[in-house]
Amino acid sequence: MAKSWKMPKWFYQLGSPRWCYEITGKLLPGFAIVAALLLVVGAVWGLAFAPEDYQQGNSFRIIYVHVPSAVLAQSCYMLMAVAGAISLIWKMKVADMVAKSCAPLGATLAVLALATGAIWGKPTWGTWWVWDARLTSMLILLFLFIGVYSLHHAIDNEINAGKAGAVLSLVGVVNIPIIKYSVEWWNTLHQTSTFKVTEKPAMPADMWIPLLIMVIGFYCFFAVSLMLRTRAEILEREKRSGWVRDLVEAR
Amino acid sequence: MSEPSVDISLTRVFWITLRRDLLLAYRRRNDLISPLMFFLMVATLFPLGVSPEPEFLSQVAAGVVWVAALLATLLSMDSLFRSDFDDGSLEQMLLSPQPLALLVLAKVVAHWTVSGLPLTILAPLLGVMLYLPGEGMSALIFSLLLGTPTLSLIGAIGAALTVGLRKGGVLITLLVLPLYIPVLIFGTGAVQAASTGLPIGGYLAILGAILALGVVLTPLAVAAGLRISVSN
Repeated sequence: MAKSWKMPKWFYQLGSPRWCYEITGKLLPGFAIVAALLLVVGAVWGLAFAPEDYQQGNSFRIIYVHVPSAVLAQSCYMLMAVAGAISLIWKMKVADMVAKSCAPLGATLAVLALATGAIWGKPTWGTWWVWDARLTSMLILLFLFIGVYSLHHAIDNEINAGKAGAVLSLVGVVNIPIIKYSVEWWNTLHQTSTFKVTEKPAMPADMWIPLLIMVIGFYCFFAVSLMLRTRAEILEREKRSGWVRDLVEAR
Repeated sequence: MSEPSVDISLTRVFWITLRRDLLLAYRRRNDLISPLMFFLMVATLFPLGVSPEPEFLSQVAAGVVWVAALLATLLSMDSLFRSDFDDGSLEQMLLSPQPLALLVLAKVVAHWTVSGLPLTILAPLLGVMLYLPGEGMSALIFSLLLGTPTLSLIGAIGAALTVGLRKGGVLITLLVLPLYIPVLIFGTGAVQAASTGLPIGGYLAILGAILALGVVLTPLAVAAGLRISVSN
């Protein structure tokens, strides 16, 4: 028989709600400060100091909210699916809580991406909405988030709700590559991605550096809100355990 | 007591389950009619509600027939595991030594035979009612023939996840509709292309590819969903 393959120790520690609660408590202030700094710097630089676009004028500046929220909505879905898979395979309680916390956050981000996209579309394309591949697949992503969220809340048993949500989010993963490559596969109104791993961005550094700062800032902000939600979820589910009682009594 | 014999070939298990479900469907013939009537009625609402002009209808015919077929499939989906869940035979299937995914596939095939197939056969009638151009008719039939089994397979995931819930009916639409959209896009795309004289091979190939992927993967997801729902 093949030697059984072991995951590193920290992976198993993640499975302990108490360890997770403590470690996120330490990480939280750091992430919050970094997120606030990056978002302020990125927003001020992007909205006030970055040069105007020669075609779109000032209206392009909504990119500093639109792109980060759209990128993050997709990452959030992937995180939800991966966390769901971990909770299905290793029966890890915390992964389940993370997956559950991802659904409402992801739905909010998808709404933000769609709304900013519509506002940007009006002056540039002359219309709020077009039924093009990327917009439609983003809308499907929003529906998937809503589906997972309502499934979580329809099943009373928390463990089974988590499993059912995990199965649904794994099935929905097929949509992610479709969104990602929709602008490259189909000829659509939507412009191609701003950032690519292999190429230099097609815009001047003064424009894309604040965008990059905003993207990283959004990620940090997302990490903060995800940690807050997950910590609340941990306390809610572990309310009968000794350490949560001690925590509450110490307050 | 002797060990019960479990020495049945997988093919035989598949056929037994298929036969059982078809027989059950035949015994409850009246339930089969309602999705078909729904299909007809939805298609009737469009000329009455939007516009009875032949030029307009022939443009939207493909989409209307496809959306109606999709909704009719969705409507019939909730009953896929419901009666088995209520009378306990679903638990027996979960306990059986045969792979659950195979039993699920047989059940879905049976479901498609009594829902998707009649819809496909009925579709040309709706096409004529909605002035679908003659060139689009064969594309409509072939796209539905390749698309409706995928709809049944994807719908089975939603049905499996919601079978244990009292109010599963509304939730299932919320879970399944977003996953139906790609099938809808390529299905109507094929009919539109055929109506304007373009080749439809590519659309049908994609529908076939989605179906092939669905036949292999969705029974696994359905089986996982059923195990979760039954343990509720």
